[in-house]
Amino acid sequence: MTENLIETVDLHKSFNLKEKGTLHVLKGVSEHIAKGEVVSIIGPSGGGKSTFLRCLNLLEKPDSGKIVFEGVEITNEKVDINLHRQKMGMVFQHFNVFNHLSVLKNITLAPVLLGKRSQAEADEQARQLLSRVGLLDKQDEHPSRLSGGQKQRLAIVRALAMEPDVMLFDEPTSALDPEMVGEVLDVIKALVKSGMTSVIVTHEMGFAREVSDRILFMDGGVIAESGKPDDIMNHPRNPRTKEFLSKVLY
Amino acid sequence: MNYFSNIVKIMAKYWKVFLLEGVGYTLLLSLITVAFGVILGLLIYLGRTVRFKPVNWLCIAIVEVVRGTPMLLQLYVGYFLVPKLLPFEVTPFLCVAVALCINSGCYVSEIFRSGIQAVDRGQTEAARSLGLNGRQTMFRIVLPQAVKNILPALGNEFITIIKETSLASTFFVGELMTACLKVRGNTFLAMECITIVGVIYFVLTFILSKLMNAFERRLKAND
Ligand SMILES: Nc1ncnc2c1ncn2[C@@H]1O[C@H](COP(=O)(O)OP(=O)(O)OP(=O)(O)O)[C@@H](O)[C@H]1O
Ligand SMILES: [Mg+2]
Repeated sequence: MTENLIETVDLHKSFNLKEKGTLHVLKGVSEHIAKGEVVSIIGPSGGGKSTFLRCLNLLEKPDSGKIVFEGVEITNEKVDINLHRQKMGMVFQHFNVFNHLSVLKNITLAPVLLGKRSQAEADEQARQLLSRVGLLDKQDEHPSRLSGGQKQRLAIVRALAMEPDVMLFDEPTSALDPEMVGEVLDVIKALVKSGMTSVIVTHEMGFAREVSDRILFMDGGVIAESGKPDDIMNHPRNPRTKEFLSKVLY
Repeated sequence: MNYFSNIVKIMAKYWKVFLLEGVGYTLLLSLITVAFGVILGLLIYLGRTVRFKPVNWLCIAIVEVVRGTPMLLQLYVGYFLVPKLLPFEVTPFLCVAVALCINSGCYVSEIFRSGIQAVDRGQTEAARSLGLNGRQTMFRIVLPQAVKNILPALGNEFITIIKETSLASTFFVGELMTACLKVRGNTFLAMECITIVGVIYFVLTFILSKLMNAFERRLKAND
């Protein structure tokens, strides 16, 4: 048995929409992410992929159900979620690099502020990370002068600087111009190869198939199907998976 | 032209009343108002965000009442109410200043609110996802970016206040418009006096807005 890094039990989440009542987005999601596992989440828009991912580090608070991360039930009110978030890196669709800080400061702010490293150590580590993603020459730049692909690579190493045990990606390439998708996917591929546990929401089917140990198909607030990439892509059992794949693949 | 020669004559005789007393009191009143307005505005903004509903409601109510009633009326309230509330003698200047500060505080609290709200939510989410707590996120990520929205708006508030202090002349507190009233009473040359203070007001606000623009460009350049 491999060890579970994240376990969710029967997660439910609704959003209050002002006029139209409530929208039930997650309808009981139970899932395990094993240590070292690479899991991609695919599915139609509005199916709850982002909401599920954002529940994992409690950026969204589930209404019911529980989340266990490294043996700790983080949905328990008494747990200091800030400590556990340090171990869960997140990469956003719109990069969310800190606009008022230099490239280097973007990376060093959290480790220094949270007492993980001295400024000198953090600077040194940040330079190593930047050179890994080919951005060392940009260390003193302002993020507004970076391209989308460069911003996303920066966002990835910013998360890595906290030395997380898992990385959560929410459509990391959806906001990029097509010519920049490759450079970001390459960084993620290298990361995944190095053994980083990852949960990746993506519309890049070829990429999902290549890097994933397992693919989850989410639709209508539940995980409708889950399996090895080859099984999901070539032999989907659920008719909704079939329909979705036929739309995105052809 | 009598009109222009009258203006020159008035200025020759009363320049101290306009330029020293009038401008002095106008700037003093405006500076006091902005300074305390910022402090009060910060308190009202914090009052709106604390997790204690009665305080939220109180702050919202104050802001709504101040925004929904005329400035002149608020000055009257200050003029008559402040002496009753304080145990010592107060000058009209102080009463009017208190009313102006409260008025400005409400508008400034809205400046803080919109300036902070204008910072992309994604910035907060990224900071929280790294493990920063709410306070660290506010002070290290959100406020430094909100300042770029807030400072220019505060500059505009200062300019607005300079003009609004003219209402304080109703209570004869010595600022520019009071100077205008005084000199008019002595000379009976209404248009000439109004022209003089009009030009002074314009020059004051024009210089300030040019300074603000330059400052704003510097802020943008740092991006
Ligand atoms: N903060 C929110 N407030 C209200 N509704 C929300 C909120 N976040 C998400 N929703 C709604 O919940 C539903 C599921 O959203 P979610 O972002 O999880 O879907 P998704 O599978 O990630 O879709 P996409 O592929 O478009 O990103 C959508 O209908 C969305 O409009
Ligand atoms: Mg999404």
